[in-house]
Amino acid sequence: MAKSVIVIGGGIAGMTAAGMLSRQGFEVTLLEKETETGGHVASWDRLFPDRRKASEVLEFTAEGMHTVHVAKGLSITGISRQNNEFTVTCGMQDAGSGMKPQFTSNAIVLATGFDLFEAGKKEEYGYCIYNNVITSADLEEKFKSGKGILTAEGKAPKRVGFIHCVGSRDEKVGNLYCSKVCCVTGVKQAIEVKEMYPDSVVFNFYMDLRMYDRNFEELYYEAQQKWGISFIRGRLSECAENPDGSIVIRTEDTLTGKPLKMTVSLVVLLTGFVPSAGTASVTGMLGLMTGTDGFVRSEDSHLKNNLSGIPGVFLAGAVKGPVSITEAIADARAAAALTSEYLRESGESHA
Amino acid sequence: MPDFGYTLTKDRQLDYDRGDFRFISLVRSMEPSLDLCMGCGSCSATCSAAGFTDFNIRKLHTVIRRGDVEPVKTELRKCMFCGKCQLVCPRGVNLRNLILAMNRAIELLG
Repeated sequence: MAKSVIVIGGGIAGMTAAGMLSRQGFEVTLLEKETETGGHVASWDRLFPDRRKASEVLEFTAEGMHTVHVAKGLSITGISRQNNEFTVTCGMQDAGSGMKPQFTSNAIVLATGFDLFEAGKKEEYGYCIYNNVITSADLEEKFKSGKGILTAEGKAPKRVGFIHCVGSRDEKVGNLYCSKVCCVTGVKQAIEVKEMYPDSVVFNFYMDLRMYDRNFEELYYEAQQKWGISFIRGRLSECAENPDGSIVIRTEDTLTGKPLKMTVSLVVLLTGFVPSAGTASVTGMLGLMTGTDGFVRSEDSHLKNNLSGIPGVFLAGAVKGPVSITEAIADARAAAALTSEYLRESGESHA
Repeated sequence: MPDFGYTLTKDRQLDYDRGDFRFISLVRSMEPSLDLCMGCGSCSATCSAAGFTDFNIRKLHTVIRRGDVEPVKTELRKCMFCGKCQLVCPRGVNLRNLILAMNRAIELLG
């Protein structure tokens, strides 16, 4: 009988790992808490750095997993391990049905990913208080809708301010770490706003611009050269609302050493990663170690980054911290390769 | 009335909404490569004049982009026009022409 794997989490990492393991002949079950797979990528319009459609990436990945058994709308209530066999017990998301589905497998791939930082926690930025303060995820939704980026008053934005590092590199909200993809997301979205509204003036308020991957720096260069986007070094201190709904932002222009005040039509907060609620709960059930950042700690960050420390439990994607989609896919493939190796080896030894 | 020495301190804040952007628009039209500045400070680090005065070319071309043109006239006089800033700029900003453009903009706008 084919060895079996349970993949927990149906975002891009879980889908990738599930598809790859299934194509190698293992019996794969993918457990997803939402009613649809796709995770965060499903709510993204276009991807950095080349601005290709997120839906293309998702469709390609979904095509690769047509032999995977997908169970959606489930919340995991318990995981047990006995004689190298795992049993995952679930409750239905809508409580009261009385059903308690159970799944068993020889291995688990943990791909429970991340949640976006709740921007309302930075109260001084005014998210959920001022109508013209939105997040990068809200903006992406607007891009996806194709209806344009209008202010709450229904006008085309004259000035847009992107705020980097919201919920990242900020011990006041308990997150010391860098979420690493917000920088390039801010640059990408700034370009997209300029593309839609060439007369608008766009500013990015940053502390460092971490253009760490291939073609990111080139995108930043394009933002400056082709689109005239201004980058002002300084972290936002606070937002205040004018009677007409526009927003006054205050920051220090640290490169001139002076406080700076500016009125903008729209503020976009580039929210970072936090460990997902699912990551926190499943980590507890399995007794896995987490770092001070709350993300799961792997056995060895260089050599065993897909191993959880529990034989048969593998880690894929943002469960270990912020990653780009490209990295999540590569990491999920690595996790799948190691899972496959583990299952084949354990198969031989038990035969 | 006796002078107690109390004065109103001038606001140091850069108020973007009240900025004067005629100067920078003109300068940019003459030298668009300034848009590529990433604020690294190579220009001001290598500056010959900066060794002897408080001249800071990076700060100067940054404040004018924020709409503050007040320091330009006095500051620009400190430049020795040696061109080292342009040699070191990692983004290839044509700083010598930028300085010429700033001087030209002072002439044109007064």
